Amino acid sequence: MSLLKVENLVVEFPNRHGTLRALDDISFDIAPGEILGVVGESGAGKSLTGASIIGLLEPPGRVAGGQILLEGQRIDQLNADQMRHIRGRKIGAIFQDPLTSLNPLYTIGKQLTETILAHLPVTPQEARQRAIDLLKDTGISAAEERIDHYPHQFSGGMRQRVVIALALAAEPQLIVADEPTTALDVSIQAQIISLLKKICKDRGAAVMLITHDMGVIAETCDRVAVMYAGRIAEIGPVHQVINHPAHPYTAGLMASIPNMDSDRERLNQIDGAMPRLNAIPTGCAFNPRCPKAFDRCRQERPELMSAGANRAACWLHDGSVS
Amino acid sequence: MSSGKSQALVVAHDLAKTFDVSAPWLNRVIERKPRQLLNAVDGVSFEIERGKTLALVGESGCGKSTVARLLVGLYEPTRGGLTFDGQDAHAAFKSADAQTMRQRIQMIFQDPYASLNPRWTVEAIIGEPLSEHGLIKDAAELKARVAELLQSVGLSPLDMVKYPHQFSGGQRQRISIARALATAPEFLVCDEPTSALDVSVQAQVLNIMKDLQRERGLTYLFISHNLAVVRHVSDQVGVMYLGRLVELADKHTLFSNPQHPYTRMLLDAIPKMHDTGRARTPVQGEVPNPLNPPSGCTFHPRCPQATDICKAERPPLRDFKGIKIACHAVV
Repeated sequence: MSLLKVENLVVEFPNRHGTLRALDDISFDIAPGEILGVVGESGAGKSLTGASIIGLLEPPGRVAGGQILLEGQRIDQLNADQMRHIRGRKIGAIFQDPLTSLNPLYTIGKQLTETILAHLPVTPQEARQRAIDLLKDTGISAAEERIDHYPHQFSGGMRQRVVIALALAAEPQLIVADEPTTALDVSIQAQIISLLKKICKDRGAAVMLITHDMGVIAETCDRVAVMYAGRIAEIGPVHQVINHPAHPYTAGLMASIPNMDSDRERLNQIDGAMPRLNAIPTGCAFNPRCPKAFDRCRQERPELMSAGANRAACWLHDGSVS
Repeated sequence: MSSGKSQALVVAHDLAKTFDVSAPWLNRVIERKPRQLLNAVDGVSFEIERGKTLALVGESGCGKSTVARLLVGLYEPTRGGLTFDGQDAHAAFKSADAQTMRQRIQMIFQDPYASLNPRWTVEAIIGEPLSEHGLIKDAAELKARVAELLQSVGLSPLDMVKYPHQFSGGQRQRISIARALATAPEFLVCDEPTSALDVSVQAQVLNIMKDLQRERGLTYLFISHNLAVVRHVSDQVGVMYLGRLVELADKHTLFSNPQHPYTRMLLDAIPKMHDTGRARTPVQGEVPNPLNPPSGCTFHPRCPQATDICKAERPPLRDFKGIKIACHAVV
């Protein structure tokens, strides 16, 4: 059984001029121990999907349809108090900027033990020992000393390790990591990614890894979902999606990334920009930028359909046509 | 100065910039703290030929952006200088020729959200350098020139009346490119021009920059931490570490046969896209605190090839098999 199941999730933002639909009919699941990548450009709805799962949608945003199931139980209708027990205990979160995820006024030990005590039935001494073990697991040397340091005394990479330790503090089964390495240098990025992979494998935790970096997705994930304008454009095993993209958007995205292995004078570019939420074209949202668009794409919206080993929301893969 | 050297448009020699980051005077007196100096850039030399691109790469805090700011005259160098087309640029920035020199050297900044005034129209943003440098006679000519510049970066002349918030990140970066091109410069310093952009938009901006270089014979200094982007745009690459160049080579040599252990480490740290599931070799350790850099070669605490001499003596940048490299283990 899947650990997390998201079914037809719709997130809306009502405002003066009407209602903006930011996520439209998102469905996917994550198995225990699996790493699912969610990739897409700014504004595609990646972070919003993560925020809906951990129950941190900013008002006036609201889940307007569909459901989110964790271990078979709906979590999208829980109230703030119930959600607080799930967040941290069952779902851990790692955010982009480690400096803003940590409280600058408390030592990291205080922040770690607070989380552990809130979720696990342990004594303060046990909690402190656990915090030290967690810091050691995340590769912080001299953890016994460093536990009493403040966030500003750590470097960027070290802070992100602390944030990972914090997310793992209560042994959650699911970790939502939103751009965990974007603020870090490449050399540090590699350290954090391999740490995240190892630690999830050791503990059997599932990860939803949100990033815009295809390279990070390629080396980390089992499966990947590509998002465009609030919908999933393509989802499938990471190797398939990268090497045999089924959706023209995925193909364009892959070709636009400068590559270490090929010499091209010009990069492939997808002309135009992603539509704004209040001006999503009819039919397939990608049709105005798509080199392969035909009439049907402009009129009818494609749902995810089988395309080789992947599933893609693209009429090119509709069996009834070909 | 000498005509034999006029091949290179831009010659930086021993550029250095030291910042005084001492505590306030009163604290220094009471707490007996010494003055503290930060060598952000410590003796960087390179040449860029006309129409070519030199890329500088390195991790955060290695001094890349300080070099950029030194080149455009936003900082005054502590030591060394810049010769631009045979002229001492920093002397020119202070003389009556400052205007001319500034017209010839322009800069594109990293964050197109922060570098455009939100209360100005695009016409005012792109038109400012034109009127500031006295390159236009009247309002009609200004409009015509702005329209031309917008078209050259793939935007519509109708966009002139809009404000920055009406554009996406990629479009904003094109506006800043248009602004930088307004004075018809020969040398553009680009400080991470695409790192705030999505990949598909990054491709659009990189393509425009390459097209403009071909059409106008522009010379670029391109600063980036993304090695794949650098490999795409540059002719020569300089790798910086803690304020110094550790390797300087032409693009093909650097990427096919990296010599310095740090360069190799950086190249190994790039995720390989089509090789899914392959773990990268994580780089050991982190960049040391620049206020208290390690002795000798500043890279030695992270270097797998470090020996005693690396701890004691700082390696100079030397010629070695057609490249320049600062390493005891290699040379």
